[in-house]
Amino acid sequence: MEQVKLALRSALPFLIALPVLWGVSEVLRYYEFTSFQYILMMAFIDVILAVSLNVINGFTGQFSIGHAGFMAIGAYTAAKITLAARGLEIIGLPPGISDQVIFLLALLAGMCTASIAGFLVGMPSLRLRGDYLAIVTLGFNEIIRVVIENTSFLGQATGLSGLPRRTTLVWVGMGAMATILMARRLVGSTHGRALLAIREDEVAAEAMGVNTTGYKVRAFVISAAFAGLAGGLLVHLIQLCTPRSFTFVKSIEVVVMVVLGGMGSITGSVIAAFVLRFGVEALREAQQYRMVLYSMLLIVLMLTRPTGLFGTREIWDWLPRLRRNRAEGGAR
Amino acid sequence: MTEFLQHLVNGLSVGTIYALIALGYTMVYGVLKLINFAHGDVYMVGAFSGLYLARGLGVDQSPSLFKALLVFFGSIVVCAALGVIIERFAYRPLRHQPRLTALITAIGVSFLLEYGFQLPPVTQGSVPFPPGPTPRFFPEPFPRVDYAPFGVHVSNYDMVSLAVAVGLMFLLQFIVYRTKFGTAMRAVSFDSSVAGLMGINVNRVISWTFALGSGLAAAAALLVAGSRPTINPLMGLMPGIKAFVAAVFGGIGNVPGAMVGGLVLGLAEEYVAGYALSSYRDGIAFAMLILVLLLRPAGLFGRVRAEKV
Repeated sequence: MEQVKLALRSALPFLIALPVLWGVSEVLRYYEFTSFQYILMMAFIDVILAVSLNVINGFTGQFSIGHAGFMAIGAYTAAKITLAARGLEIIGLPPGISDQVIFLLALLAGMCTASIAGFLVGMPSLRLRGDYLAIVTLGFNEIIRVVIENTSFLGQATGLSGLPRRTTLVWVGMGAMATILMARRLVGSTHGRALLAIREDEVAAEAMGVNTTGYKVRAFVISAAFAGLAGGLLVHLIQLCTPRSFTFVKSIEVVVMVVLGGMGSITGSVIAAFVLRFGVEALREAQQYRMVLYSMLLIVLMLTRPTGLFGTREIWDWLPRLRRNRAEGGAR
Repeated sequence: MTEFLQHLVNGLSVGTIYALIALGYTMVYGVLKLINFAHGDVYMVGAFSGLYLARGLGVDQSPSLFKALLVFFGSIVVCAALGVIIERFAYRPLRHQPRLTALITAIGVSFLLEYGFQLPPVTQGSVPFPPGPTPRFFPEPFPRVDYAPFGVHVSNYDMVSLAVAVGLMFLLQFIVYRTKFGTAMRAVSFDSSVAGLMGINVNRVISWTFALGSGLAAAAALLVAGSRPTINPLMGLMPGIKAFVAAVFGGIGNVPGAMVGGLVLGLAEEYVAGYALSSYRDGIAFAMLILVLLLRPAGLFGRVRAEKV
């Protein structure tokens, strides 16, 4: 009984989010806000990316600039599976539901392959610190791109086209929800405390018996899995899977979100993802200024407020009534 | 055999360029412990300032050796100034912050240069500024002559480029190990706070280090622009990262190491791409980087230092 209650409680956010998201998407469809819905979906995908990168860059204090590489792996895996399963139906299910189940399986497979890649990249982090790790993740991102561009199975530079449009607002919303919950629960857990300890002082954490390498690799695996999820959702939204979507520039975009929101703040990442996505859409005519703005934002932010907007705090830390006792680690 | 020699020539000419850029990385890392991500873009700015100077002096109408030298040294000065400015305004305020802060700023500066140069033009002229994303041709200061000893194609540009690059490396070796400034630089690299106590002006040494490294990057850019004559605002991205790999391979912070690393990387790329996996050229550097970091994180000539708490 106790366990059923616990299970229900942990599933509660999803049970609430599902009808809400479905309602919102129906309302948007009814009033034909198609472009707004599209931007909203892109923003949710950005939320998944930013929050998952925050697990490495914010909580663990490592610096990865290769998030798009993990995205690419998840995206290609999912795309390959949905392409292969096109026309297939699971026996006993109506076609609409069968498609959704196949899509879910494809996304999960993408998460698995991306997390394997995360494990492989996480291993070198066992010997590397800070800036070296950054370069290795960047190099890994480039290697992925070069390999994809040379593999005919993956469509080389032109990529995979003709993907079915499976991503809906409900899918991305649930994905973002899962990512945020994962991050939130991770920080509260023993694992999360170990990650925060590594961020605050790696040597001290090791002296206290934290298996720093093991936890760093785990952080990479978790983060990579959710990047793979974002990749799978993205390619089934734009219905095209090319290496151009997963370049170094994409990785930097995600880094900008995390840095802007504050490294170590989940709500900060969420807000930064929304602000940047909607800001970019508002400045659509000034598309060519986008990267210049991003870079100036990075420089100015680092010079004036290196902790980002929120630092390691969450938004509810400012709500006086809900203010918790911040005895937990990470308070500046 | 001819093919082998041809790859050797190509590898050496690419390798010396990597080495020149890698020297900038390694010197800056030596004094500041910062990966100057914007270094590859300083190299790009070097190529463009060369282009503006060449157009301003009218090198394409009436080429002469004097003008070529003027362009060469002019863009070295421009880039040295750019390097000093970047250090002064982007890195110096962050010197006592965590190292990641400065790294993020460096990424920001790099993107600012890359995409700033792709903005729509503000000024008009034969080459507008900013130049925009279209590739541009670099004018040739002297006629190109191709030689083919033993069937190996070598142009006079390749020879000049190799000679200048080797000359610059010897000059740098002299500066770092035989002059007062070089001694000060090595002292700052060893321990900047103690060097400051010994009466060395640390800020000035760091500024000059940036000037020196950026000047070398400009020289490398002009040598490349001579033999492969199109330039664009994103040209610095790949050579920059590869030169960083070369610096890490040689042991970052180590001047001869960067030279050796650059040559090894250039030759490795050329031979692997030439004989086995031609389309994987850009991946080779990163594979090499990951291998070096896994097997010998301090690099070829780097000394392993114990971490102090």
